[in-house]
Amino acid sequence: MNYILLIHADEKAYGAMPEQQRVQSTAAYRAYGDALIAAGAMVGGERLHPTDKTATVAVRDGKTQVLNGPYSESHEQLGGYYVIKAKDMDEALAWAAKCPGAHHGTMEVRPIWAM
Amino acid sequence: MEEWGQLARATAQSVARNAYGKLVAYLSRRSQNVAAAEDALAEAFAVALETWSREGIPRNPEGWLYSVAARKILDVARKSRNARSAESDLQILTEELNAGQTSSIPDERLSLMFACAHPDIDEGLRTPLILQCVLGFNAANIASAFLVAPSTMGQRLSRAKQKIKRNGLGFRIPEHEELPERLDAVLNAIYAAFGRGWSDHSRVRATTTDLGLEAVWLARVVVALLPDNPEAKGLLALMLFLQSRHFARRDANGDYVPLSHQDIANWDASMIKEAEGVLMDAAQAGSAGRFQIEAAIQSAHCSRIFGIATEWPAIVALYVKLLSLTHSPVVAINHALALLHVKGAELALAALPSPIEHSWLATFQPFHAARAAILAKSGDLLSAAQAYHLAVGLEADPAVRRYLQGELARLSPFVAF
Repeated sequence: MNYILLIHADEKAYGAMPEQQRVQSTAAYRAYGDALIAAGAMVGGERLHPTDKTATVAVRDGKTQVLNGPYSESHEQLGGYYVIKAKDMDEALAWAAKCPGAHHGTMEVRPIWAM
Repeated sequence: MEEWGQLARATAQSVARNAYGKLVAYLSRRSQNVAAAEDALAEAFAVALETWSREGIPRNPEGWLYSVAARKILDVARKSRNARSAESDLQILTEELNAGQTSSIPDERLSLMFACAHPDIDEGLRTPLILQCVLGFNAANIASAFLVAPSTMGQRLSRAKQKIKRNGLGFRIPEHEELPERLDAVLNAIYAAFGRGWSDHSRVRATTTDLGLEAVWLARVVVALLPDNPEAKGLLALMLFLQSRHFARRDANGDYVPLSHQDIANWDASMIKEAEGVLMDAAQAGSAGRFQIEAAIQSAHCSRIFGIATEWPAIVALYVKLLSLTHSPVVAINHALALLHVKGAELALAALPSPIEHSWLATFQPFHAARAAILAKSGDLLSAAQAYHLAVGLEADPAVRRYLQGELARLSPFVAF
């Protein structure tokens, strides 16, 4: 079954990291991705730009509305995701715990509806 | 009034700490209905908080809780329609209550642990069950320690308890010939709890809800109830040796400190002495099982505190013995690392377990970290870097991850990676 691991993290805190820490974090993400690939668990994954480059679109009463960014009350924003293959939720959670995002943010783990 | 309330709470907590498992075991020893005993006990604790803060602490809080919980079980059973099956049980409970035979609750926690670690119970659930039934941990806390969704853990635990009840699993200490194997399952389950605490980096500086300490406590219960068993003592000694180095594993900045670099001033000398005593006591029986050998290895790793250098050849010999007993790939990894100090990289590399034979090693961080360290010594720096890179990707603990990244960085001037 496929699972999506959504990384919610404070994008401002990430931007404010000292250079050395950011390099270390990027390397840790690269190692994590390579570990997923080596295990045959990687389906895909991307890092997202910060929310100031984001807009939302909705159609209401026949009118299209476009708004700046998702205005969330929460301190954490969606910063990236992985789609992985896992035999069950336990295995997906074990992978999520290994993601560097589990340390500097929160991992949301959801099974993907098989179409 | 407020003071009484605080005292009531403190007493209830202390009884819960020391007698929870005893009460669950004794309340469910015949019905084998652990869930009903837990529910009744939870209600009894709630009643206790209220009554004790009003009327004072009873002289025998354990017996008091037992009586209230036993009455709850009787009430529930009388109301339910299929009470017939439990009738003889209820009769016994009623007689006991009438006779006031609740002054001292017999300690049947070991029987309860044998039921929790029964071969019919899924191996991965034995430790969670013991944590819940004997120590009263809630499903959410157990779920976090075992990386399982809390609702899932709750369901698995209640299904396992139904199984105990339905299959009538144990609630007895196994007979002589059956004992070693059944006890091994109990000791393994306790050691697994310790392992969860050991790898839980967030609790490195915690003291009260530390799973490692809870596991040590459980082993003490087993040793007290089976005083002649050397393996129970072996497990207790092993965990005491490991626990004694608990605080030395991180420096002031929260960075990971490998065993060879740990400051012995941060080791708990009195715990090491206790462990040595327990291990010597176990050795009197003259049958060295798995846990005694592991404890002896950790004893050798603690020898620095007595001013004795680590004796790697002795450690290798112990690992060879342990490997022949367990055939465990995890033991093989540690054997290979010990061999690196004695016979060099080539033989150490050959001693590593095969990821083709054991496919789960492919995602097992310690395998890749050990392989990387051995490859680095052998001079194959590119392969070492690749192995460190995988180990970094498989590590959940940020402090260990930073340490592995540091080891990788030390190689990178020499390899284009």
